[in-house]
Amino acid sequence: MFYRESGQLKTSYQEDQALLSITQDRIGLLLILIGAFVLIPLLASDYWFTAILIPFLVFSLAALGLNLLTGYAGQLSLGTAAFMAVGAFAAYNFELRVPGLPVLVSFILAGITTAIVGIAFGIPSLRIRGFYLAVATLAAQFFIPWLLVKVGWFTNYSSSGVITTQPVEIFGYVFDSPVERYLLVLAIVSVLALLAKNLVRSNIGRAWMAVRDMDVAAEVIGIKIMRTKLIAFGVSSFYCGVAGALYAYVYLGSVEPDGFNLDLSFRILFMVIIGGIGSIMGSFFGAAFITLLPIFLDIIINDGAALLNLKLAAGITSVMQLLVFGGLIIFFLIVEPLGLARLWQITKEKLRLWPFPH
Amino acid sequence: MEFFLEVLIGGLLAGVMYSLVALGFVLIYKASGVFNFAQGAMVFFAALTFVGAQEKLGLSLWAALAFSLLLMILLGVLTEKIVLRPLVNQPPISLFMVTIGLTFFVEGLAQLMWGTKVYPLELGIPDEPVATTIESLGLSATNLPTVLQEINSFDLIAAIVAGVLVAGLAIFFQITKIGRALRAVADDHQAALSIGIPLKSIWAIVWSVAGFVALVAGLMWGARNGVQFALTFVALKALPVLILGGFDSVMGAIVGGLIIGALEKLAEVYIGPFFGGGIEIWFAYVAALLFLLIRPEGLFGDKQIDRV
Amino acid sequence: MKSTKVALSLIVFVLFIGCSESPNTDSVVQDTDASDTQFFGVAGYRVGPYGPNGAPVATGYLDYLQMLNERDGGINGVKLTWEECETEYNTSKGLECYERLKTRNPMGPTAIHPMSTGITYGLIDKVPVDQIPLITLGYGRTDASDGRVFPWVFPLLSNYWSLTSAIVRFIGKQEGGLDNLKGKKIVLLYHDSAYGKEPHQLLKAEAKNFSFDLSMIPVPHPGNEQQSQWLRIKKEKPDWVIVWGWGVSTATSIKTAKKVGFPREKMVGNWWSGAEVDTLAAGKGASEGYYAATLNLAGDHYPVIEDIKEHVYDKGNGGDESYIGTVLWNRGVAMAMLTTEAVRNAQAKYGNKPMSGRQVRWGIENLDLSQARLDSLGFGKMVPPIKVSCEDHEGSGLAGFQQWDGGKWVSVSDWIQGDSDLVRRQVEESAAKYAKEKNITPKCLGE
Repeated sequence: MFYRESGQLKTSYQEDQALLSITQDRIGLLLILIGAFVLIPLLASDYWFTAILIPFLVFSLAALGLNLLTGYAGQLSLGTAAFMAVGAFAAYNFELRVPGLPVLVSFILAGITTAIVGIAFGIPSLRIRGFYLAVATLAAQFFIPWLLVKVGWFTNYSSSGVITTQPVEIFGYVFDSPVERYLLVLAIVSVLALLAKNLVRSNIGRAWMAVRDMDVAAEVIGIKIMRTKLIAFGVSSFYCGVAGALYAYVYLGSVEPDGFNLDLSFRILFMVIIGGIGSIMGSFFGAAFITLLPIFLDIIINDGAALLNLKLAAGITSVMQLLVFGGLIIFFLIVEPLGLARLWQITKEKLRLWPFPH
Repeated sequence: MEFFLEVLIGGLLAGVMYSLVALGFVLIYKASGVFNFAQGAMVFFAALTFVGAQEKLGLSLWAALAFSLLLMILLGVLTEKIVLRPLVNQPPISLFMVTIGLTFFVEGLAQLMWGTKVYPLELGIPDEPVATTIESLGLSATNLPTVLQEINSFDLIAAIVAGVLVAGLAIFFQITKIGRALRAVADDHQAALSIGIPLKSIWAIVWSVAGFVALVAGLMWGARNGVQFALTFVALKALPVLILGGFDSVMGAIVGGLIIGALEKLAEVYIGPFFGGGIEIWFAYVAALLFLLIRPEGLFGDKQIDRV
Repeated sequence: MKSTKVALSLIVFVLFIGCSESPNTDSVVQDTDASDTQFFGVAGYRVGPYGPNGAPVATGYLDYLQMLNERDGGINGVKLTWEECETEYNTSKGLECYERLKTRNPMGPTAIHPMSTGITYGLIDKVPVDQIPLITLGYGRTDASDGRVFPWVFPLLSNYWSLTSAIVRFIGKQEGGLDNLKGKKIVLLYHDSAYGKEPHQLLKAEAKNFSFDLSMIPVPHPGNEQQSQWLRIKKEKPDWVIVWGWGVSTATSIKTAKKVGFPREKMVGNWWSGAEVDTLAAGKGASEGYYAATLNLAGDHYPVIEDIKEHVYDKGNGGDESYIGTVLWNRGVAMAMLTTEAVRNAQAKYGNKPMSGRQVRWGIENLDLSQARLDSLGFGKMVPPIKVSCEDHEGSGLAGFQQWDGGKWVSVSDWIQGDSDLVRRQVEESAAKYAKEKNITPKCLGE
């Protein structure tokens, strides 16, 4: 009833190609943005900002980066965390070595550095495909943190290899409190998500999808495979690099190379798969799901036990989490392999007809 | 020179241990095209069940072995039935992802059943230089070359176990009826189905065999380092072996294991010191990657031909 | 069919979003009114690769708190409550736990023991803002021992550099005097991580002081394969090997040493590489003779442990009986004791009521446990006496040494003090550098 596009006629090419062609979508997005920028800062507690909202946004960005590579260009990567590490340490070194460099500029430079590293590790993709490539990206996953630990210069010769980030200062204003940091991440993520949305509709994005669906056919119709794949690695790594810089500067405040381990890479891959592979929106759904799930499980298991008056052996809750987490991932993949984004789409289609389904 | 040989032999024998794990991956990939990331978790599950059954249920060694084998087969069959069958014809990436989910599940299940403690695993295999073992049997080892005397008996026995396992699998594949059916399924699912090969039971068998291989690998690795969660990481050691050897070749798993093991140890000992050491963690991956640039389907893997 | 599935998964998702709206609902752990109890937030880990080492520590910590409740009715009549949060030894999960635990009680979580060097680094900037003391017993950031720069961080008992220096002295003693170290060869076999890099700086300085040969060999995470490292060691023929491992890597070191025939009597672990889980996992007959430093002695013959058995385990409560008396369980008990004694200390100043983070901080900074006090607490010689001050957040700087005899750890030396001048000099240097980086003016916080 409310979500119906009948009567909204497009009278120009421009309107036809608009990012959100339906009025309701535009209103919806506006509402979401108002909610995120105005309502949440007014309502949420510090716990929500530091433990849920900021990591959610940072991981969304990383998942978005991986989704561009895996979902749009079809190149499976297991090295996301390593690229985040590059971003985090690059931003740290730019800030450290170039006095007075605005922090946003170092985030962008960190992204560009990561893009260059990503392209270097993307070169094998020209020869290798599928799982062979996935396992090959593990080389990046193991090599990069090792390098960051080994070469003292990257960590400014900190005796333990841990870096503590500089304060986030823009035009003399220090982003310190959880709300400020949240708003900063939100702004960066919104802009980058919008860019990504447009990018995948451009000729680059379409070339990616052609290569993903069948690279031989794409080559035949004149798409330069090498260029396309390397751009995919570059852009994806840019996003991961910025996410890594935010992870270090805005979320944790101090990081060590070992923190960017295979587990983190897997977590981001899960976000992509559960959220919806090949969907910008899905990256956000997936990040929300994976960030909230453990917290939710913890509460449910503990409270459930208290409610039933069960005395759980210590450590059982942690094991149960692992069990339920794995189980849910299996469940989701079986029930809806296209992820939460697909569910959202189905809901939209249902809404279009509601309340008269025929 | 003697030191070089010692490192080389040590590396080759360590490589055999990697091959043991890699075999499980190959079996499943070959028969169903699934890259089963949960193989490492299955190794952990098997080893933990084996020691857990002895510690908590008080079973004897052989009873525990039978019990774990039974449980592994059950796990394999159930995985195939519940997790993978609904996903037939899904893109390989979904199948891969589901096995990562399975990894978490199996790790959780193992620890839920048997707890999170560390157990030693004693198989009664001596873990000492061969010379000492030979002497303890009342024989003289003096006429063996020194290099051979220094070889570790445990590693040697592990290598023999791996050899027997591969030979057994090869015979199973070549001679038995089920083995032939398996190879047919591996070649072409549809064609196999159309000539009346029961696809579902074949897959169940493959998963059971993979469970058995995981048990053997779990016992050997558990006896080597103790049974604990870190056992799941052996899968990461097996992956470069797989890409080097090819995902779908049993032979590749063995040869790849030997090459990776030897290269890795030689690199750590001779090149590592120049970079501050610890290069083992990535060296195998980079070596396999460079090799792939020359031969993208691995040493023994099937070449893929793309058609529009 | 399809639509039911969709509906089902939607319900799951909505339910899940809905329920997670309220993470602040108090989970009922103890049935007492929250406002007049002392709440302890416990961040530990029991699963994952380091779970076997983390579980006994967390268990010991909780067992001691429970014993105080049962035996004394808490601390000076203030009941203790607690909640545990699983960090999996993972930095970002640890920070999430911290954020969760700090909101659970108006007075805060008393003090946080993150049980991981990585998580410690993540929390150092946060604790002064939230006013929660951070206690890192024998791990964490070494230069935080300078309380003028790090008023909220307490590497209690001893830090990594005191430990390193004490290990060198122990080796010297085994060699018949520190002068005999000249020309000897010592290998540091370390976990290739932030944790493993902590001793480098100090060990190099010690090598220069006593002119012994030092080589440092890293073990990549997780350390379950060390053949090449040990072949290198075998080739270099060192006189001693210092093992700086954690989790499976320690057991593998011992086991591989046996494999290549390196005598275990020439190996010294640090205090995170010397627990029953390590020596037992290495298998029968592999670990005999292996030395390790320790913050606390093992064994269950201390009166306090009798009390825990009587008031906790005999009543059918408690974590796990098999942990009692092990090195890491005793360490958990010691951690709990130091924290509760700090609360008691603060109560003496501020009155017998629940203490806030700021008050507990004062309690830790003025903690003074003499041998007599330790005896009356039932700890005897399990931990060394400790006296904390604003300048010195370490408080003891001592390390004990023990040897595995095949069934248990046996203490083989008195508490050994490292080169405290050297350690102190390096701590102050490093802390001053940090203060400059962060624009901190070093000063004592007082109350």
